[in-house]
Amino acid sequence: MLEIKNLQASVEEKPILKGLDLTINAGEVHAIMGPNGAGKSTLANVLAGQADYEVDGGSVSFHGEDLFELEIEERAAKGLFLSFQYPLEIPGVATMTFLKESINAQRKQRGENELSTPNFMKIVKEKAQQLNVTPEMLRRPLNVGFSGGEKKRNEILQMLLLEPSLCILDETDSGLDIDALRVVADGVNSLRSPDRAMLIITHYQRLLDYIKPDFVHILVDGKIVKSGGAELAHELERDGYKDIIASA
Amino acid sequence: MAAIKETVNTVAEIDLDNYKYGFTTDIEVDKAPKGLNEDIVRFISAKKDEPEWMLEWRLSAFRRWKKLEEPDWSSVHYPKIDFEDLYYYAAPKKKIELDSLDDLDPDILETYKKLGIPLKEQEILAGVKGASNIAVDAVFDSVSVVTTFKAKLAESGVIFCPISEAIREHPELVKKYLASVVPVGDNFYAALNSAVFTDGSFVYIPKGVRCPMELSTYFRINEPNTGQFERTLIIAEAGSHVSYLEGCTAPMRDENQLHAAVVEIVVMDDAEVKYSTVQNWYPGNSEGVGGVYNFVTKRADCIGKNSKVSWTQVETGSAITWKYPSCILRGDGSQGEFYSIAISNGYQQIDSGTKMIHLGKNTKSRIISKGISAGHSSNCYRGIVSTQRSATNVRNFTQCDSLLIGDKCSAHTIPYIEARNSSSTFEHEATTSKINDDVMFYCRQRGLNEEEAVAVIVNGFCKEVLQNLPMEFAVEAQKLVAISLEGSVG
Repeated sequence: MLEIKNLQASVEEKPILKGLDLTINAGEVHAIMGPNGAGKSTLANVLAGQADYEVDGGSVSFHGEDLFELEIEERAAKGLFLSFQYPLEIPGVATMTFLKESINAQRKQRGENELSTPNFMKIVKEKAQQLNVTPEMLRRPLNVGFSGGEKKRNEILQMLLLEPSLCILDETDSGLDIDALRVVADGVNSLRSPDRAMLIITHYQRLLDYIKPDFVHILVDGKIVKSGGAELAHELERDGYKDIIASA
Repeated sequence: MAAIKETVNTVAEIDLDNYKYGFTTDIEVDKAPKGLNEDIVRFISAKKDEPEWMLEWRLSAFRRWKKLEEPDWSSVHYPKIDFEDLYYYAAPKKKIELDSLDDLDPDILETYKKLGIPLKEQEILAGVKGASNIAVDAVFDSVSVVTTFKAKLAESGVIFCPISEAIREHPELVKKYLASVVPVGDNFYAALNSAVFTDGSFVYIPKGVRCPMELSTYFRINEPNTGQFERTLIIAEAGSHVSYLEGCTAPMRDENQLHAAVVEIVVMDDAEVKYSTVQNWYPGNSEGVGGVYNFVTKRADCIGKNSKVSWTQVETGSAITWKYPSCILRGDGSQGEFYSIAISNGYQQIDSGTKMIHLGKNTKSRIISKGISAGHSSNCYRGIVSTQRSATNVRNFTQCDSLLIGDKCSAHTIPYIEARNSSSTFEHEATTSKINDDVMFYCRQRGLNEEEAVAVIVNGFCKEVLQNLPMEFAVEAQKLVAISLEGSVG
């Protein structure tokens, strides 16, 4: 589904990713861990198409297409979803309105019919309940005055509604208490399926207790220095990055 | 939302330098010579077949104007206007006293069709069957060309006609109320308008009557170098109710066109007037060449107890906008409202806001102003809320929100509050937000393209004001908002 080859990217002419290779197949859950400044968030942003990041080399194919030939919204409509580390606030736009506009914008791009309001409401209600998102939250302006936990739950709600084929979660666990973490993880797990892949970016192993990855990759200085199974996360938690880097 | 979808579709069809209403109409016109002097004032008055008292009134206004100085306190900048280089009267040459719409010059009719004005009565009836009807007065350059539904309105005693007709047919009402709200010498442009106004609408709602339909006037400047000076007078007798809407467009011209209107509203006991404006004068091109100078004085006098006036405006056009629709809250318990969306793009300059003058006891005012700046434009809210010593228990709520798109535009908020007693309450809230690259990235990551994202954000920002427009025009206004901002992101 996603094939990253020798990816190099920079921010303000400072190289961050320095030849990253990663292949993700449908049905797999990959976790990327690494110390601060290793390039974890850069990877997420480059894949989604954030303009501050310059792609200097390498290639990424997504569902067999050259990802970098696609506009941001085209990537979204083709199934790439990024759960933001810091979700943006939009005053005046009700969360519910934003959800409906997003889902219909994607459907339109794919040449599908827009969802009718009753249909949409039914789906939102069901998914919102699953994430403890109250009807009152849905009426409030998008992310305005939301707590950290509410914002993250709102990101996952969007993910559940948009049903992407590739879910990229950027530091979704940051700012979550243990109860919120469990709710978010349950939401994410409910999306696991043989035709969907996930890329989970996290600093700590904590989230991976709830969302079990098939593969764990250690990212250091813009490159993947070690890959393994779920057990690698535990090793990391025990020994720290220093040993891993030294042994790599 | 269907409306947003429509907004986006409309946006997709139009680019910034392609002002939708930028066509001109080739019709033969009857013009006064260029320039302004007493003879021109006499010419206009004679053309309008006015009684002697009206001519005298105009001439005294003209003499007053000559003594006044052009104001320079606002934040807008423009080269000095040469008042000798303008035409003060232009009328379609064909006979304009019409028995029915069929007699109207087909070119003018075509123009209104392009503007999307529901001018033909049968179309209105067929189009919005069962919904409220709209009576239309259409003003082309200097004259009113057609007024619809007059007969039906007359049944309930409502007078809705061109002001030139009212001067001839209802002189007692005009004499009593003209300049009673905006005195001739109120300001430079009000005096100019008093001397040379050529047409506009006159509305009279008798005691206790609820006007059976929306009243609407469409203004269009067609001729180059023509000033449009319309005069609107609305009188709402005790216990009456009326909703009035004005729409404005002009063709694309390299020269700047001058528009200096005066609107006066008189509101008696328990009466209510709702005045909505969708202003879309030509804003100039993306380099700032051309466009309409819109210098307007609009004021309502709430003479009666518990009377109410509500101004709603959507301002998207004009190179320069200078207007402050105001309420004099004279009657005890009277209420004034001001809901505004002012959008500036390209090199447009806006200095607009409202004045709420509380004179009566227990009077209330509410101001919701939404300014959106894009491109290289500047957008200034200037407002005043004042209470006299005797005006006790006054309440005011003001909210001024600014939305910036891009980093070359500016927004300013200049609120004045004058409180002369201690029993009054004033609330003022202001916010400034920005559509920046991060917000756009977030929206696009969810699948919205740039236009859709801007439409969603801006419609959310303007919602409170759009909700106050008459239903028939809310969708049109929403479209206009999106069109005005097209190409402002990215």
